[in-house]
Amino acid sequence: MTALLPRRGLAQILALIVILAVDRVVSPQFFDLRLQDGRLFGSLIDVLNRGTPVALLSLGMVLVIATRGIDLSVGAVMAISGAIAASLADTHGLPVVLAAALGAGLICGLWNGFLVAVLGMQPIVATLILMVAGRGIAQLITEGRIVTFSSPDLVWLGNGAVLGLPVPIAIAIGMLILTAAVVRGSALGLLIEATGGNARASELAGVGTRAMILAVYVWCGVCAALAGVIAAADIMGADANNAGLWLELDAILAVVIGGTSLFGGRFSLILAVLGALIIQTMNTGILLSGYPPEFNLLVKAVVVLAVLLLQSPKFSGIAAMIARLRGTKA
Amino acid sequence: MKGLPPVLITAIVLVAGFALCAVQFPNIASTRVVGNLLTDNAFLGIVATGMTFVIISGGIDLSVGSVIGFTTVFVALAIERWGVPPLLAFVAILAISAAFGAAMGAIIHVFDLPPFIVTLAGMFLARGASFLLSTESVPITAPVYSTVSDFALRMAGGGRLTAIAIIMLVIVIGGALLLQLTRFGANVYALGGNRAAASLMGVAVGRMTVRIYMLSSVLAGIAGIVFSFYTSAGYSLSAVGVELDTIAAVVIGGTLLTGGQGSVIGTFLGVLIQGLIQTYINFDGTLSSWWTKIATGVLLFAFIALQQGLVALARRPAAKSVGAAS
Repeated sequence: MTALLPRRGLAQILALIVILAVDRVVSPQFFDLRLQDGRLFGSLIDVLNRGTPVALLSLGMVLVIATRGIDLSVGAVMAISGAIAASLADTHGLPVVLAAALGAGLICGLWNGFLVAVLGMQPIVATLILMVAGRGIAQLITEGRIVTFSSPDLVWLGNGAVLGLPVPIAIAIGMLILTAAVVRGSALGLLIEATGGNARASELAGVGTRAMILAVYVWCGVCAALAGVIAAADIMGADANNAGLWLELDAILAVVIGGTSLFGGRFSLILAVLGALIIQTMNTGILLSGYPPEFNLLVKAVVVLAVLLLQSPKFSGIAAMIARLRGTKA
Repeated sequence: MKGLPPVLITAIVLVAGFALCAVQFPNIASTRVVGNLLTDNAFLGIVATGMTFVIISGGIDLSVGSVIGFTTVFVALAIERWGVPPLLAFVAILAISAAFGAAMGAIIHVFDLPPFIVTLAGMFLARGASFLLSTESVPITAPVYSTVSDFALRMAGGGRLTAIAIIMLVIVIGGALLLQLTRFGANVYALGGNRAAASLMGVAVGRMTVRIYMLSSVLAGIAGIVFSFYTSAGYSLSAVGVELDTIAAVVIGGTLLTGGQGSVIGTFLGVLIQGLIQTYINFDGTLSSWWTKIATGVLLFAFIALQQGLVALARRPAAKSVGAAS
């Protein structure tokens, strides 16, 4: 996957390094790692661990956005799958729990994909339906309570360790590799980019744009469901009201920071995940610096605006003009 | 599309729904309940009026809920902590919201960015700013507040038409007139119908975009003031998620999310339908509040599917005459 990291990712990597450096200044122990009970601990691991849900969401979201779509329902899907996992955890084995939770995500994705690809609805609107109704469905499953569980298998998914790495991080890395292998290892990624670039032209060129769109929403649903299961496993319970709340916005933000245009077309999986890590590193940095967490939203808003302006063709036009004017003056 | 206009369908759904509720719970058909319905949804009606303009023009404004939250906190702090006279606080917050909306509109137009993501940033910004002001709920004890809260017109049957319900009705009627009778309103439709064509016809697209988002933010500011009257407090977490209820109301009211078609009256009916669902659930007592969300989602789907069908029907003859395969 060396082709995934050309000059394009430079800005994101630099941004991450700068934020990490700031975090290091704010908290001198930031890069300290220690091994305890066969699991790594430290602020860096913490960043990765907490960034996992958004990283998983952004894996699905980046594909959806590449087809010129958007999925607002991922937070609600997280709540649904978390609720299902928590309700089944103490009575069924892990395979059943996972199958049920991920299956629910798959069905949610199919529903979104059906509305967008078959009925031709605008993605914002189509996924808004599930965003509104989904949380209600999740509350229906938990009957409005916070469902807790003690099944060690499911708890392990949120708090266990594999080769020293917390399980959520291992899952996120696995999903990144799997998605990259499927999408970039075949022509699928190209077809998705074609669909987003110009759906009509791709259709005429023989790309099955409907199947493509359906597939990305399904994958987005499955990724969201996995994120929901991990979030539930992390807190050993499912809170239908708050699980995944506003995470759809973080996921979109991660994709945008990762340089994928909201107008569809070219996308990068690894940069989207990097975007998720940048967001989480910022969050952790603000927490460590002792500023109130309320600053998070303000900082995020400023970052989104900055990234958007930098991506805007008009802005680069204006910047180039200013540079030229300066050049002529000097 | 000269058949059954979407607004009429919304009206039929509202009347049929109300009749169904009234059959099951005869008490619903009273001016008391209707008065409460208007009062409880006053802020939603106001902010949805602004959203109607934005959506008809082909945009979307996700920041309105946060602007309401910011307004309640700002007004509460200004009156209670900084000793500003309430009226001056209202003027100040409306000026701030106007500037905020204008800035979003300007960014959308100048940098050619999707309204969705710009107003999303605006949503973070306004919510973050209200957290910065105060994370606690600040009660408002100014005498104006109790005067306004106590004021109500008596309706036949014991219902109360409260001050905030009256404000909402005035804004809905004013918004409907602005949209239907003025050049500004015509330009809003033109922008949503076809931006390029509107520009060629001489509509100042940039100025219109700025004004439309300004209108939406100012109405969100007014909704925030009304919300602070309703709760007599300012709280940075108030009105979280209201943008979704608002968009849902606009869509249920028959406004096309792609822009170019819709009406303020339809939006008002959409707000009432949502309020009616809530009222029904309150009356029933055994149904839990999450049914509101599911019912809203189902209605949203039904109305969007209906719109989709109408649009497809409208396009069919043209497609046939060209002979294009569908």
